[in-house]
Amino acid sequence: MSETAGSTPRVLYCRCAYAQVVPGDVKDAVLDGLARSSAAFEMVPDLCEMAARRDGQLADIARAVDPARPLHIVACWPRAVRGLFHLADARLPDAGVEILNMRAESAADLLARVGLDVESGSGPTTPQVPA
Amino acid sequence: MIAATVPPPRVVLYEGAGSAPLDPGERTRLLAALLDRGYAVTRAVPGGAARDDASAAAAFVVLGRFGGTVPDVHDAAGRPVHVHDIGMSTVDEAVALVEESRAGRPMNRPDAGAATWKPWFPVIDTARCTNCMQCLSFCLFDVYGVSPADHTLRVENPANCKVNCPACSRVCPEVAIMFPKYHAGPIDGAPVSDADVHREKMKVDISALLGGDILAKLRERSAEAKSRFSKERSADAALAERRRCLTKLADAAAIPREVLDALPTPEEIERRTAEAARKAAAARDAREHATGRAVQS
Repeated sequence: MSETAGSTPRVLYCRCAYAQVVPGDVKDAVLDGLARSSAAFEMVPDLCEMAARRDGQLADIARAVDPARPLHIVACWPRAVRGLFHLADARLPDAGVEILNMRAESAADLLARVGLDVESGSGPTTPQVPA
Repeated sequence: MIAATVPPPRVVLYEGAGSAPLDPGERTRLLAALLDRGYAVTRAVPGGAARDDASAAAAFVVLGRFGGTVPDVHDAAGRPVHVHDIGMSTVDEAVALVEESRAGRPMNRPDAGAATWKPWFPVIDTARCTNCMQCLSFCLFDVYGVSPADHTLRVENPANCKVNCPACSRVCPEVAIMFPKYHAGPIDGAPVSDADVHREKMKVDISALLGGDILAKLRERSAEAKSRFSKERSADAALAERRRCLTKLADAAAIPREVLDALPTPEEIERRTAEAARKAAAARDAREHATGRAVQS
């Protein structure tokens, strides 16, 4: 399946579901903001757990990075996120990736930096089921 | 343990053509419920999915409001894909449909209580790591290894790491070892300051932990405990003695007590330490050799 280029930001959200180190109110508010937007996004339960399994989805995500359409990773400290991808043999390029930190920033700031319109999504589309 | 589990299927929340969008509040609840049970979710909307799925690394399940007409979908390999119409489903019912598609295969999940494997392991900041291999020498649990390709340090067996133990990060002279689920910086991945690098209290001398006085003391205490055990025939007394000895270690390196309790005998520690040191030395030699060859050519 090929991706449709567009101005919509690309977003990867980490729930950090296996620990309580990300403030719960922040990750819930970011999740809600994303869910109320009209954007496509990826959400993963826990980047650490996926990295430990060397989950191939991380390599897919890293390969799909396009500087023309930046990927926003909403997770934790950038140093840690890059290290996790590296551990999973999925090196994130320097260009085209912005890592946003739910441990240190407010939900409002994070959503603003992602640049989403926070509304309910609707309307016609082309089927985009993974190949 | 994660080794006994299979990766969970990825859920595609399809809100494209032929599928009505979910109510925003319901979408939030469904996403949270799936994530908190360990499922990754892709939302596909008008304009495309969030990424290219050419390789489709994981099996997936599609959820959507299809109005009773469920599309017939196959993956790239021609295998049928589980597609569920959640038009009339509650959030719990939609989650149950995903759970059913796993067909009982075991998966690590955040909500499994004591059966959950907490993903706790070291993560290397490759921009800071100098491949000195001190961590490899230090770790008794074979967490670290050496990349055969370039002889650099790598985290080889993350599941071997002892949950909540950050001790190896404290022996790294470059503050290059992170534990993303640690509660404080810079071990959690926060930026490293000059003060962090120079803060002596962040580091624990390897020799103090595994060699020298502490090891001698462990051996001495072990012998004493064995002697006492033989006299008193009390396993509890021997264990208590060992715990007393290890308290000092726990305080010095913020190592959880249960980790220290699980340590092998002093003799086994010594054997593993020697083996780890041998691996580290071999890796350093290989790197120096490779570097020398690169300089010559």
